[in-house]
Amino acid sequence: MSSIFESQFRASATKLTADLRHRSLIRKALKGYEKSRDEKKARFQDWEAARQAAAETKWEAINHLDKYLSEFADNLARRGTKVFWASTAEEARNYILNLAREKQAKTIIKSKTMTSEEIHLNEVLAKAGYEVVESDLGEFIVQLRDEAPYHLVFPAMHLTRNEISHLFHEKLGSPETDNPEELTMTVRRDMRIRYCKADIGISGANFAVAETGMIAITENEGNARLTTSLPKIHVALLGIEKVLPKLSDLALFLPMLATVGTGQQLTCYNSMIGGPRQPGETDGPEEFHVILLDNRRTHLLADAEQRDALHCIRCGACLNVCPIFRNVGGQTYGTTYQGPIGSVITPHLRGLRDWKHLSFASSLCGACTEACPVKIDLHHHLLQNRRNAVVLGTGKLDRIAFRGFAFLVNHPGVFGVAVKAGRLVQRLHRLIASSKIDPLRAWTASREAPVIAKESFRQYWKSRHK
Amino acid sequence: MSRRDEILGRIREGLRLRVHEPKRAATSSDGVRTGLTTREWLPAVPNDPEGIVETFARNCVELRTQYYRVTGLPELSGKLFELKDSEGWKLIASHRDPILDSILPSLGLPFLLAEDRPATADVERADVGITRCDALIAQTGSILLTARSAGGRALSVLPPHHVAIARESQLLPDLPAAFELLNKTYGDAYPSLITLITGPSRTGDIERILVLGAHGPRTLTIILLRDPR
Amino acid sequence: MTISLFIPCFIDQLFPSVGISVVRILEKLGHKVDFDESLVCCGQPAFNTGCWNEARDVAIRVVDGLKNAEVVVIPSGSCGAMIRVFYPEIFKGHPKQEAALSLAHKIYEFSEFLVDRLGVVDLGSRFPAKVTFHNGCHGLRELRLKQQPRQLLRQVKELTLVEMDDQTSCCGFGGTFAVKFPMISTAMGEAKCASALETGADFLVSNDSSCLMHLQGLLSRKKEKLKSIHLAEILASF
Repeated sequence: MSSIFESQFRASATKLTADLRHRSLIRKALKGYEKSRDEKKARFQDWEAARQAAAETKWEAINHLDKYLSEFADNLARRGTKVFWASTAEEARNYILNLAREKQAKTIIKSKTMTSEEIHLNEVLAKAGYEVVESDLGEFIVQLRDEAPYHLVFPAMHLTRNEISHLFHEKLGSPETDNPEELTMTVRRDMRIRYCKADIGISGANFAVAETGMIAITENEGNARLTTSLPKIHVALLGIEKVLPKLSDLALFLPMLATVGTGQQLTCYNSMIGGPRQPGETDGPEEFHVILLDNRRTHLLADAEQRDALHCIRCGACLNVCPIFRNVGGQTYGTTYQGPIGSVITPHLRGLRDWKHLSFASSLCGACTEACPVKIDLHHHLLQNRRNAVVLGTGKLDRIAFRGFAFLVNHPGVFGVAVKAGRLVQRLHRLIASSKIDPLRAWTASREAPVIAKESFRQYWKSRHK
Repeated sequence: MSRRDEILGRIREGLRLRVHEPKRAATSSDGVRTGLTTREWLPAVPNDPEGIVETFARNCVELRTQYYRVTGLPELSGKLFELKDSEGWKLIASHRDPILDSILPSLGLPFLLAEDRPATADVERADVGITRCDALIAQTGSILLTARSAGGRALSVLPPHHVAIARESQLLPDLPAAFELLNKTYGDAYPSLITLITGPSRTGDIERILVLGAHGPRTLTIILLRDPR
Repeated sequence: MTISLFIPCFIDQLFPSVGISVVRILEKLGHKVDFDESLVCCGQPAFNTGCWNEARDVAIRVVDGLKNAEVVVIPSGSCGAMIRVFYPEIFKGHPKQEAALSLAHKIYEFSEFLVDRLGVVDLGSRFPAKVTFHNGCHGLRELRLKQQPRQLLRQVKELTLVEMDDQTSCCGFGGTFAVKFPMISTAMGEAKCASALETGADFLVSNDSSCLMHLQGLLSRKKEKLKSIHLAEILASF
């Protein structure tokens, strides 16, 4: 039985794969990315050694997560940060709701955080009557369209400037333009007012440094800096897997993230925040709250085989190289985290029964694993999810078919008969090939079926060894 | 049981099944690291002082950062005067600092000082934020600054133009050196904000086309100050 | 040496000339070729679909059948990867684990065997055509075969090798994926065909017949002149 999520995935994939405009838009956008990524990668003296070191550092952090997380939280608390441990999405949301209520907040400004997408924070805050605004340009655009981000790093990459111009015209009343700079400035002006009046700024974090008790935020626009500087209260929401042992680990992770994330040596702003305004400082929030979210990450942690999926730094490199992602688009996944990493972890976070189809929707080409800067064994994890789905009792038909197949190949006599029958069937099949009643239509709707050869290799071998 | 203990408990439970550390190619047989460090993997930086300056300048060009090298305070002051005229500055936001203190009054413009806690809206109205910094990083063309060295959090990001002034002795070769410096300077008492600024604010969110000045400064100027001989 | 040949089911039935070409090449190089007709499939379709037990049922026969082989050559990177990379996985803790590991160590994909094991790149072949090469992903990323097929092609007389755009991207076959998610598989294949067609090549070459079956299916439907051909068939043109 396929889940509702699988049906939605199939319907959306069918639509997007046939959308040639989408295909060329994404291809064009990623061509530029590929060029700058490869150029920045080539500047590294040893990219492979850097990947290995990054993988080892995350291994150390994840495999001693209890130790580093405690250290991180204690160091933060020591300098006046309130740390909240949230087991579930609901606990995290309620904490923020209560805080907003207690502080009598009206306006909340956010900088890009996928974790808040994961807990559907905006919906809940909006429902409770708060004005919530995404300040990252791409996030702001998808927020105006009331849709989920298309990509971990490039939320609005599926839209053209004209679509964005229409959107702004309709929602913000700005004049139509095909100039990306004018569109950007429209948002800049609009957002400036909001930064100044916002009561709470909510951010995510790219890294959590245990040694010094700091979060690190990577961005290009400056919206995260403003979100974390101007409002009186700053709330950072992050998954427990974000931890790095040492501050100096960032010397490796920041340039690696920028290289594969956006094709830059470093993104524009990499900010490390270790508390609210400290004595002697002239500005900055009076309160700093850090929410550490589990939300079934410990479930993934307990799967030793796939534990390395928690190494993920959400750079999006695996999405960018994934031929599935490039053809079905980010929103087809129906998940917070798209692409290969999303296909791997969503079954752990939201249930294998409902999300196993993502692991089957892969040609297992391995481009993701090759691209991952922290060496997550992504495509092999997809295989393991497939196995786990079968063990769970799904895919019974597949099992019966493969049992039959195993029987055939293990009984050469029967196999010979089957092969002869296959030839006969192929002749008959030609009459209905690619028609609606063709049982092989999954193949023949778009492709010619291969033809069984007059003489098989085995027959050739027999005849020459007579 | 507290929430913290609950989560830590689940983590410890989950970690009971150990997994092997990923194999490192560059380890000796007994598993000891063979001396390779981050510095040896990251992009190479020349080790002579002029080479470092050149690398920094080249990165600035690539990042569209305006970069000037001046000798002595009078020349610095002259450069700022020039910028004031060409950009039409009317209001400056800055902070207390020996170099800035000696130069700002000579520009003949009103200026806000972070130490006087100006209103956010006033800083927003300023045409430029002029700050010092902790260091410059040649490898990436970055400025390293903190809430302590650069007059807080807003000065370097809220006005449309950020001018950062650094002494040549503050120019570091690479990122590892920057983190060593942070540790040496602040040890156990880090400022609440440390930031690495690499070029003016930008976005590629619309069709991956580069636009400067998304939310932060559209113009970034770095002035490297050489001591007169 | 005596080389045991493993001919996967689809090559046997659909592309026998690939197997025949491999035999001709290996014999030309002075080796004895051995073939066990009772070995039909490596078990990959079941494995990739998550049916690891069923895959092992098939694989046991392969492990037993090749127990005494000196080296095993297989003209498919995909089946090669199954045996070298994934047999150790499905036989973990199984009584035949040792035998599976030993097989994994002596199996070679065809181009890998020629270049890396035998040190041969020039077979004296002649193939007057412009060709472009598609790497099967399993060969490319599981077995790390990228240059070997190209080294061999470069020595073929009168052959011009032109690289296509996105040369390492997947063609979209992916085994049962091709029929479980035909819309994605087709879109990927169309992109691959477009890159191959752009080169103006006469032939699309690969070391994996399964990729070619998918791509040829798309090309034939569109009545394109570009023809697919297995590397071995080109190399056997002497």
